[in-house]
Amino acid sequence: MKQEELQKLQKLAAHIRFDAIQAIKNVGQGHIGGSLSISDLLAVLYGKQMKFNADDPNWELRDRLVLSKGHAGPALYSALAISGFFDEEKLSTLNKGGTSLPSHPDHLRTPGVDATTGSLGQGTSQAAGIATGLKLRESKNFVYLIVGEGELNEGQCWEAFQYIASNKLDNLIVIIDDNKKQLDGWTDDVIKQWDIASKMRSFGFNTIQVKGDNLESIDDGIEYLKTTKDTANCMVLDSVKGAGVPLFENMENNHSVKFNDDELNSQTDEALAKLQSIYEG
Amino acid sequence: MFKLDERRENGKELRNVVVDSLMDLMNKNDKVIALDADLAGASNFNRIKSAHGKSFIDVGISEANMIGVSAGLSLTGYTPYVHTFAPFVARRALDQVYMSGAYSKNTINIYGSDPGFNAGFNGGTHTSYEDVAIMRSIPETIVCDPADAVQMEWIIKEFSNLGQGIHYVRGNRKSVRNVYAENSSFEIGKGNLLYEGSDLLIIATGQLVSEAIDVHDELSKIGISSDVVDMFTIKPLDTDLLLERAKNKRGIVTIENHNIIGGLGSAVSEVMAEKMVGVPLLRVGNEDYFGQVGTPDYLQQAYGLTSKQILSKVKKHFSF
Repeated sequence: MKQEELQKLQKLAAHIRFDAIQAIKNVGQGHIGGSLSISDLLAVLYGKQMKFNADDPNWELRDRLVLSKGHAGPALYSALAISGFFDEEKLSTLNKGGTSLPSHPDHLRTPGVDATTGSLGQGTSQAAGIATGLKLRESKNFVYLIVGEGELNEGQCWEAFQYIASNKLDNLIVIIDDNKKQLDGWTDDVIKQWDIASKMRSFGFNTIQVKGDNLESIDDGIEYLKTTKDTANCMVLDSVKGAGVPLFENMENNHSVKFNDDELNSQTDEALAKLQSIYEG
Repeated sequence: MFKLDERRENGKELRNVVVDSLMDLMNKNDKVIALDADLAGASNFNRIKSAHGKSFIDVGISEANMIGVSAGLSLTGYTPYVHTFAPFVARRALDQVYMSGAYSKNTINIYGSDPGFNAGFNGGTHTSYEDVAIMRSIPETIVCDPADAVQMEWIIKEFSNLGQGIHYVRGNRKSVRNVYAENSSFEIGKGNLLYEGSDLLIIATGQLVSEAIDVHDELSKIGISSDVVDMFTIKPLDTDLLLERAKNKRGIVTIENHNIIGGLGSAVSEVMAEKMVGVPLLRVGNEDYFGQVGTPDYLQQAYGLTSKQILSKVKKHFSF
């Protein structure tokens, strides 16, 4: 990747983080940790890899993204707003009555959202169905499915993975955001996941692992999986919950953060200023 | 417009009606897709696989995944029809039907087979006396229980014209007695007044419409005249017809192959209470029992749903 392009993606990732944190802080609480852990991934997808038309969100020839870990909606909304699907100012309406930006993505309310998710596990099968439909239509477009590693507790994920692998849906890239924490704590303490990549391989997926904060590795990984045909493809993102912002990385319970004390609010403002200087710099 | 088939003989197997109707649709519309969850041998969807291989998907034993995949197909412009046994879609895949389907306004047409006593040798684990209650509590759904093969064919084909949403039809896989003459047509949300009477309003749904007609015939022998309404669309319920036919009646009877909690009997009593229809009501159906194993005939008897048993319940309840 050229230095210039890398810098563009770095700025985009910082911008997504800034907007997501600000939107969540504005409403007082929300899913910070899981939004930040996929910000770099979203920067690569919306900044480079995905085909879309912000002026025509339902463009037939677009790639699709299914955010099965729907609680990371604020990060997706930020990526969509920055990409031009709607005004960034709208992000301040997150979770407010009558908003078009509910905590979990809703394809009927938000331009650019391809599937409604939130009840964990269900995005996996929807993405599998979208990939099947695109194949039947002989479309060349891709479907990107983002699943949380905690979400893998849901049996439906494994039902969908069997289906995807059995049908060799090579137009669908399964991305597992392995940020190692779920609501109740460390994933290994709640329901141990063992080696996720090995599990996916044993389910028939061509599987790679990349660092969740390495934009170039993510981009190379997606490029490789897009060109690997006649097999199911998976990328396990070795990520950090709260990634990119030390304040939240180091917070023990960072799944959903409440902004109800002055110290946290001022620390968050400092973090926001830092992110802003990156994307505006 | 419908006409009655006075012969009341057994018709074509309902599963074959579904399969043939789907293949008719597929011949005209390449967006129609059939899905099954490893029951294609039981639903005869295997015939679709042979004749329209590209339009059939077997997801294996994964009903939740089947509903999600159907939602994804709907999102890419397809019209999915799914089959599994009634309990495995209404109970097991409920949250998928709700969120990936109804809440997302995706189109999923669902055939839940072998409801109520039709589960037969599959027994209590495979029995659903609650699917109507579950499906009708989800916003914006359409819930149908056809009386016979003619109506099943019409419903399956009509579902393809309804646009987005969850459209649920339950029905035996095997044959049931004919009520309607070939080429009868119906209207979603409109009950069919099959016989007119002055004493009693009998409202039935599904294959028990035939039993309702038997009860009507037997009552007329003792001088009791009754309406028979086939309420094949349980949601939306035809409240206009209900209120119109309830006028000046001595009683109302609902008959269903379902728990009296949550199904037709509940739907009718909700309207009667709200509209202050001061007429005594008898709800005939499963009286809040689990299913069990046996032949369908044995089970129909065990739950008191033969025409003879229904007749005696009616006579006792209204002191005829």
